[in-house]
Amino acid sequence: MSNSPDSSTEFMTMKIGGQLFGLAINRVQDVFSPDKITKVPLSDHDISGVLNLRGRIVTVIDMRRRLELPDRKSDHGCMAVGIESGNESFGLLIDSVGEVLHLKDENLESNPANLDACWTLVSGGVHRLEGELLVVLDVDRVLAISKESLAA
Amino acid sequence: MDDLLSEFLTETTESLDVVDMELIKFEQEPNNADILNNIFRLVHTIKGTCGFLGLPRLEALAHAAETLMGEFRDGVPVTANAVTLILESIDQIKVILADLEANEVEPEGSDSELISKLEVMAAGGSVETEPPEEAPVKEDQAADAAAIKVTEREVKPGEVSLDELERAFQEAESPEEASVKEDQAADAAAIKVTEREVKSGEVSLDDLERAFQEAEGPEMEINPVASDPEKPAEPEAEPEIVAEALAEEAPAKSEPVASAVESAKPAEKKESLKNQSIRVNVDTLEHLITMVSELVLTRNQLLEMERQQGDGIFKVPLQRLSNVTGELQEGIMKTRMQPIGNAWQKLPRIVRDLSKDLDKKIELVMKGADTELDRQVLELIKDPLTHMVRNSADHGLETTQGRIDADKSEVGEILLSAYHEGGHIIIEIADDGRGLNTEKLKAKIILNGLVTEAEADQLTDAQIHRYVFNAGLSTAENVTSVSGRGVGMDVVRSNIELIGGTVDLKSVEGVGTTFFIKIPLTLAIVSALIVESSGEKFALPQLSVVELVRAHRDSEHRIEMIKDTAVLRLRNKLLPLVHLSTLLELERKRANGAEIIDLASERAALAEAELETADQQENAPSADASSDEAVASNEEAGHQHEDVENGFIVVTQVGPQNFGIVVDQVFHTEEIVVKPMSTMLRDISMFSGNTILGDGSVILIVDPNGLAQAVSSEISDEEDNKKDTSVSETAQDQPISLLLFKVAGGEPKAVPLSLITRLEEIKVSDIEYANGGYLVQYRGKLMPLVFVDPDGKPKEEGTQALLVFADNERTMGIAVDEIVDVVEEKLDIEIASEREGTLGSAVIQGKAAEILDIGYYLPQAFADWFQRQEFDQNKFCKKILLVDDSAFFRNMLTPVLKAAGYAVTAVESAGHALALCEEGVMFDIIVSDIEMPDINGFEFAEKILAGGSWSETPIIALSSHCSPAALERGRQAGFHDYVAKFDREGLIDVLGQSHKVVGEAA
Repeated sequence: MSNSPDSSTEFMTMKIGGQLFGLAINRVQDVFSPDKITKVPLSDHDISGVLNLRGRIVTVIDMRRRLELPDRKSDHGCMAVGIESGNESFGLLIDSVGEVLHLKDENLESNPANLDACWTLVSGGVHRLEGELLVVLDVDRVLAISKESLAA
Repeated sequence: MDDLLSEFLTETTESLDVVDMELIKFEQEPNNADILNNIFRLVHTIKGTCGFLGLPRLEALAHAAETLMGEFRDGVPVTANAVTLILESIDQIKVILADLEANEVEPEGSDSELISKLEVMAAGGSVETEPPEEAPVKEDQAADAAAIKVTEREVKPGEVSLDELERAFQEAESPEEASVKEDQAADAAAIKVTEREVKSGEVSLDDLERAFQEAEGPEMEINPVASDPEKPAEPEAEPEIVAEALAEEAPAKSEPVASAVESAKPAEKKESLKNQSIRVNVDTLEHLITMVSELVLTRNQLLEMERQQGDGIFKVPLQRLSNVTGELQEGIMKTRMQPIGNAWQKLPRIVRDLSKDLDKKIELVMKGADTELDRQVLELIKDPLTHMVRNSADHGLETTQGRIDADKSEVGEILLSAYHEGGHIIIEIADDGRGLNTEKLKAKIILNGLVTEAEADQLTDAQIHRYVFNAGLSTAENVTSVSGRGVGMDVVRSNIELIGGTVDLKSVEGVGTTFFIKIPLTLAIVSALIVESSGEKFALPQLSVVELVRAHRDSEHRIEMIKDTAVLRLRNKLLPLVHLSTLLELERKRANGAEIIDLASERAALAEAELETADQQENAPSADASSDEAVASNEEAGHQHEDVENGFIVVTQVGPQNFGIVVDQVFHTEEIVVKPMSTMLRDISMFSGNTILGDGSVILIVDPNGLAQAVSSEISDEEDNKKDTSVSETAQDQPISLLLFKVAGGEPKAVPLSLITRLEEIKVSDIEYANGGYLVQYRGKLMPLVFVDPDGKPKEEGTQALLVFADNERTMGIAVDEIVDVVEEKLDIEIASEREGTLGSAVIQGKAAEILDIGYYLPQAFADWFQRQEFDQNKFCKKILLVDDSAFFRNMLTPVLKAAGYAVTAVESAGHALALCEEGVMFDIIVSDIEMPDINGFEFAEKILAGGSWSETPIIALSSHCSPAALERGRQAGFHDYVAKFDREGLIDVLGQSHKVVGEAA
């Protein structure tokens, strides 16, 4: 994300536990409907498991759990956003996918000081949209904290 | 990078490795002209190529080294110092090469110091005995050498042809060297004289050689003109000597030229050998392997589809595709195979250097260097191996004085050997050094807080020894530059485990230590057994699977509980069991759904169980296992009870450890392509990777090493104890507690105390007789009594001593006349017993005593269970006769069929089978191979169907050829079905169908 005043970033919006989130679109590889997730015993609470996406093995992270939100009642109809990091594929399990928005970088506000600590870790700031707020997800941090939590 | 240059780098690096090895060999056998020639040739080639490529620095260095070696060739005694110097220059060459590889140009700098040392050594080789006096001369010579160097450098640019010339000369000469050695001996003497003279005149032999080589030029008919202009400078320096040298050399020279023709022949042969191999870029190979892996996956997918919905039309071509893919895979895998010797190449050098540094005499013996393994694996074990050899040299072996004091030969030996064993490679690193000091190690692990003192006392020697693989432990008292910092063995272990290998050690104090490394042949594709536990599928690498056992409470293989530990009786041994679902914490999920009342009653039962077993000593209780038992004793949880006793047991071997993994289902084996776990999941030691199955789902590959570690706290104690009494010699020396008792006044009998749950004394009047056996009311339950003497009866009055054994929730008592004593003795069964119920006789407290086999008496107490088992077996266990001449298939299919619930009898020929038929043995189904010697499958089927007791028995043909013609022939011969040999699942299906048919018919 550049800091020049006119630059803007394209966000893919998504809902997780009722909250609107945005993910920089250049990081999104696919959006797919997760099928046949193989659970990984002994893994972290927020890792749903692994699945086969066109011959690649994708590690699926449940964003609700990652954000310490209550589990969804049924996994039916939920979606996954495919991202790549360091030659590996990950899928972020979300509730639903929304539209793509162009948002000016200058309108990005930093995280409110009283934001939940867990959210602060993964949030790259907040955009004020009409009617609701969009929390920008920082993909690298989403992936990083899981590594940290494992290391701990 | 320039192709030529990269080629040169690869080739030279390889040559240098060989030179390293050869030099060390040469040092030990200085008279072996072949080795020397080989070294000379290699160095020479390097030098020649350097000149050709315009790499002056390398060339000068190689040249100087070559000159010194030329001295050896001419008979100068080989000294360790000289070899060290050459090794040093080879190292320097390597450094330059590395730089060259990185920057594509020779690094700046000069090696003149090293070169002059080499030259001094070359010149002063024969007077080395008095180095001090030589010092001034040497300096002068160094100056001289420097002068020569200048000349040499000048010569180079225009001088490619001299190198060619030289090479041609050397090549022609070297094969001849050995054969004319005798002749040359005389010449050599002459040269020696010359050499001496030269020395007094302060000209290095280098000059001499060069002059010699130049003189050679015209004879070789290679145009020396280019070199001529520069040459005068050099010969002019000492004209007489050159002349003299030439004179001396004249006779020797004519011979090499003459023999050049002869040597052409072997050279030709070599050439044709060379043409049979080509260099292929590793990337190309890697790519091929990936593609083959994908092909294997696709084939698996097709096979899966065919199995599920195939109407048979694709069966034959698929079978063929499968075979071709298999062979292709094998072939490709071969391209990756390299002899393990490649990983050992550096070791002789390292050991040599260490032996100098540590001042120990060490001999490195290498066996099985041609054992092949995957190059990827090879790369990964190189470092651990090097480390372990270093360790052996430094820690393992004593100092020379130490060895003499210990009455050992002065030279310590490190034996490195490699061999194949069941899809693995075993590498052993053995030294005949001091061995591990168990006491010291014990003190150290207590000091480091790895175990408490009390725990340490419980550990066997072998267990204590294994702590050397823990971080932060070193047995060396002094930290040396080589090792002793206590990092290393843990790294070694983790490196080896990373590639799915295991490492173990055996050490006897004062005798030596042996490390065993077991590694898989390849990493890319493994054969895996697909199993299910708690509804989830997992892949278990076939390599560590020894056999499959189906456990059922009504079959002979039944999961039993000894206190909290699940075990299986397997061929007279107890195999510790672990539930996969427990280890992977799959049960917990299930338990979440369990009712609170259940939990409460479980807890109550648990508490009760604990009370009951409170007086037992040993064994760390596992919470899960004990709750299992508690559930078992809870009648309401009857279905779960069954689960505890039933299941498939995958008998697994990890290192020296054997254990059974209990799973709910076993499916088939599949070739799987191992993909590494995501970084996020890599820390879970239970999985070594994951893969995509034929049906497209992702499956996790269970790491047997991870399992072994996780259960080792439960198992290894037991495992070790068992080994201690049965296998290991050293451990046999360990005393165990034995209970001595007497029965009917005979010789004393003994039972290991650890097997006995309790000793009781009951009133004879409490013994009741019911249902054909003696019973006693004991703790609210009926406990059967067994007498050691088959006709034994309780005494008329008084009290009866009992040994109470608890096995699972059952208890039984063995009635004995008198309990004599509890003794600590080595259990060393000297005479094995033929009689049932006795293991054999041993000397205990100076007297012979019979050791009782408790396993024999336990079933006696539960006669009802025995009867039921037999009844069930008749009813449910279909008997299969398997006829196959190949032991491999018999061994492969028997466990598969057993796991599917059949009783299998395997014979190796139709003849044997027909003999069984005559004996009147009946089977439910016969499975027969077609291609067999003597009587083939078709004839066999015809014979059976012709009449006799088996004419009604369905026969299934098993064949690797599934052509339509063969199918037709089979049908005619009377086979009920025809199954491809590799289609195990198909076979199970067909078997299921046929015995259904039989069942209906019956």
